[in-house]
Amino acid sequence: MSVTPYRNIVSDGLWHNNAGFVQLLGLCPLLAVSNTVVNALGLGLATMLTLVASNLTVSLARPLLRPEIRIPLFVLVIASVVTAIELLMNAFMHDLFLVLGIFIPLIVTNCAIIGRAEAFASRNTPARAALDGLATGLGFALALVALGGVREILGQGTLFAQAHMLFGQWGAGMTLTLIPEYRGLLLAMLPPGAFILLGLLIAARNAIDSAAKQRIKARAPNELPSGEAAQA
Amino acid sequence: MSGHDAVRSSLRSGLQLALAGLVAAALLTLIWSLTRDSIEESQRRAALALLNVVIPDALHDNDLLADTLQIEDAEQLGHREPVTVYRGWLAGEPSALAFEVIARDGYSGDIRLLIGIAVDGTLTGVRVIAHRETPGLGDWIEATRSDWILSFSGGSLDNPPPEQWRVKRDGGEFDQFTGATVTPRAVVRQIADTLVWYQEQRTQLWQPAVEESK
Repeated sequence: MSVTPYRNIVSDGLWHNNAGFVQLLGLCPLLAVSNTVVNALGLGLATMLTLVASNLTVSLARPLLRPEIRIPLFVLVIASVVTAIELLMNAFMHDLFLVLGIFIPLIVTNCAIIGRAEAFASRNTPARAALDGLATGLGFALALVALGGVREILGQGTLFAQAHMLFGQWGAGMTLTLIPEYRGLLLAMLPPGAFILLGLLIAARNAIDSAAKQRIKARAPNELPSGEAAQA
Repeated sequence: MSGHDAVRSSLRSGLQLALAGLVAAALLTLIWSLTRDSIEESQRRAALALLNVVIPDALHDNDLLADTLQIEDAEQLGHREPVTVYRGWLAGEPSALAFEVIARDGYSGDIRLLIGIAVDGTLTGVRVIAHRETPGLGDWIEATRSDWILSFSGGSLDNPPPEQWRVKRDGGEFDQFTGATVTPRAVVRQIADTLVWYQEQRTQLWQPAVEESK
C-alpha cells in the first residue's frame, strides 16, 4: 500500500479533497453555523480539534482495532472527544458555547470525521493521521469561514461581529462594518441563501482548480500526468 | 470458523467495546470534574451579566442572584411554570427587580423577554432573550439588530398612558416594523401587561426577605 507524502496530506486536506467544498461532508454545520465569521470560526476550530484528537486516538489504537467493531469504536472515540471539547468550551468560552448551542455536540455526526477515521487514521501512523486530521479540519474551517465571510458581508454588512465571544476582550474592537446602515440581504441569512452561496463557492474553487491545471499542462505538455510525476 | 470460535470472537469484541467504553467514561468523568467549577462560574457570570443589562451596577449593591423570589402563578407574565424574580437593593432600600416574561402571541411562538422594573414602576430596561421570529422581519426586536427594544427604558404606565401602550397601527405610540406588526405588537402588549402586574403585586414583591431560623 502506498504511503501518502506529507505534502499531499496537507494539500489534499486543504484543497483537493476539502471536506466542505469537494467531499461535501458536514453540510449541516457548514450551512447552519456559517451565518457569521465568528460562529464559523468557532465551530471550525472545534471540528479541527476533534479531527486531530480522533485521528490520533484511532491511529494509536490500530493494534486493538478488530474489524468487526471498528465503526462503533470510531463513534465512541469521536463522541468522547466532542464531549470533552463541549465541556471545555462550556467552561472557558461560555458565550460562544451558548451561541453555537446544539451544533457543538452535532460535530459527532459530521461525516468528515468518521470518514477520515475509517479512510486514513485506521491505516496510517499517528504522525500522518494527526497531520491529516489537522489538514482536513483546517480545510473544513476555511470552507466555513469563507462561506461565513460572504454571508456576513451580504447579510449584515459586517465582518467579525461579536468577535469578543471567540477572542475575549482583545476581540472587542475587531468588528469591521463594511457597509454602514445596511439593512441586509435577507436571503444570505437564510438556509436557501447558504445553499446558493455554497454552490457558487464550490464553482469558484473548481474554476480556480481547473485553471491551475490548464496552466500546468500548458507549461509542460509532454510530461507524465501529475499523479505519476509526484511519486518521482 | 466453528460455532465455538465465532462465539468466542463475538465475546471478545463485545468485551473490547465495553472496555473502551469504560476508559472513555473514566476520562470524561475526569474532565467533567475538572471543569465543573468553571462551568458553574461561567453560568453564574453569564446570568449576572444578563441581569446587569436591565439592573446596572448603579441601581444595586447586593448580589442579584442571591435575593430571589419564586412567583408560583405567573400566567399574567406569560409563564406556564413558576418564575424567579431577582431583587436589587440599594443601601437596604428597594431599588429594582428583574425577571423573565413571555410574550406568547409572537408570530412564530413564544418571545422570552428580560424586564427590569424600578421600585417606582419605571422600566429600567427590556431585552429579548429568545425568540423564533422571522429573520429580517421580526428579529428587529433584538438589541443587536436595532435600537427599538431600547426605547422602552424609562417607560411606565404613565409614560405613555395605558391607552397608548400599543403599536402605532393599533392607535398607540410604539413603532411597528415594516412588514412585521405581529412581533412588536406582542412585545408591547406583554410589557404593558407586566407593568400592570407589577403595580398590583408591588407590595408583596418587596417584602423583606424572611430570616432563616438558625
